[in-house]
Amino acid sequence: MPTRSIGQEYIKGLWSENPVFRQLLGLCPTLAVTGWVINGLAMGLATSFVLIFSSLVVSLIKKLIPSQVRIASYIVIIATFVTVADRFLAAYFPDISKDLGPYVPLIVVNCIILGRQEAFSSKNSVGRSLIDALGMSSGFVLALLVLSSIREILGSGTYLGHQVMGSWFKPWIIMILPAGAFLALGILLGIALQIEKKTKSRV
Amino acid sequence: MELIAIFISAILVNNFVLYYFLGICPFLGVSKRIDSAISMGLAVTFVMTITAVVSWAINNWILIPHGLDYLKIVSFILVIASLVQLVEMFIRKVSPPLYQALGIYLPLITTNCAIMGLALLAALREYGFAEAVVFGVGSGLGFTLAIVLMAGIREQLDLADVPEPLKGAGISLIVAGIMALAFMGFIGMIK
Repeated sequence: MPTRSIGQEYIKGLWSENPVFRQLLGLCPTLAVTGWVINGLAMGLATSFVLIFSSLVVSLIKKLIPSQVRIASYIVIIATFVTVADRFLAAYFPDISKDLGPYVPLIVVNCIILGRQEAFSSKNSVGRSLIDALGMSSGFVLALLVLSSIREILGSGTYLGHQVMGSWFKPWIIMILPAGAFLALGILLGIALQIEKKTKSRV
Repeated sequence: MELIAIFISAILVNNFVLYYFLGICPFLGVSKRIDSAISMGLAVTFVMTITAVVSWAINNWILIPHGLDYLKIVSFILVIASLVQLVEMFIRKVSPPLYQALGIYLPLITTNCAIMGLALLAALREYGFAEAVVFGVGSGLGFTLAIVLMAGIREQLDLADVPEPLKGAGISLIVAGIMALAFMGFIGMIK
C-alpha cells in the first residue's frame, strides 16, 4: 500500500474515493432519505457517527479478532453503535427519527461501514483509521447534501424548510418521489464521471 | 382480503427496490443478464420468506415479552447472517444443482439491505404471523420482478448509444427512475 500523508488520507474520501459517487456504496440510504435536506443531513451524521466509532473500536481490537469470525465481529460492533444512534435520534429528535423510519436501523447493513472496516481499519493504525473514517464520512455527508439540496429545491422550492424559490416556481413533484431520486442520482453520477475524466485528461 | 392487499402491495405498489430503495446493490450489480437476475431474485425470495418467519418468532417470542426491544437491530442482523450461512449449507447438501445455480449470490445476500429491511418493516408494522409470511414472499417476488425487468432492459441497452459518462451505473439509475415512475401507476390499486 502506498504511504499517504494524513491529509491525503482524509481528502481521498471527499472525491477520488467518494463512497457514493466513485465507489457506488451505500446507495440505499442515499436514495431513500434525500427528499429533504434535513433528513439527508441527519442520515449523514448518524452514519458518520457509526462509521467513526466502529473504525475506532475495530482498529483498537483488530489483533484480538480471529480472522474467521471477523465479519461477524464487525457486524456486532457496528450494530451496537447503530442502536446507540437509533435510540439517540428517537429520544432527542423524534420527528426526524419518525421520518427516517427503518433507514436508521438499516445503517447496520450500509456497505460503506463494513467495507471500511474490512478494507482499512483492520489493517491500519488507530490514528489512520480515524482519519480515513472521517474522510469517508465527510464524503458521504457531502454526497447526501448535494443530492438532497437538488431534490428539495427542485421538488418543493424550499431549503431546510424555508421558501427559496419565487412564487413563479412550480415545484417538480417528481423530484421528491422515488423516481426523482433515481433520476437525480443517475445524472449526478454521469456528471461526476465527466468531471473526473476532464481533470484526468488535463494532468 | 387483508393478506391479498399486503401481497399485492409488496409486489407492485410498495416495491422494495423501486419504492423503499432496498437492495439497490444487487439490483445494479446482478442485473446484467436475465438468467443471473432470475437466480438472484429466487435466492432473495427464498431467504426473505425464511427471514420473515424467523424474525417474527424472535421478535414476538423473545424480544417483546422480555422488553428487549432495543436489541432488535443486533439480533436481527445476527440471525440473518447465520440464516444465510445455514441456508447455504443446507442447499449445498440437499440440492447441488440449485447450489450451483445460486452460486455466489447466496453469501452476497447477507449484506443485502432488503432482507434486514423486511425484518424491520414487519416488526415496525406489528404484522401477525400469516401477514409477515405473506409480506416476505410478496417482497421477494417484487424484488425478483424489478431485477428481472431491469436485466431485460439492460440487455437491450448494450446495443444502445449511451452518452459516455452515463455508461454503467448512471444509465441504470435513470432507467430505474423511469421504472419507478411506471410503477407509480399501481399506487391507486390499494386504497
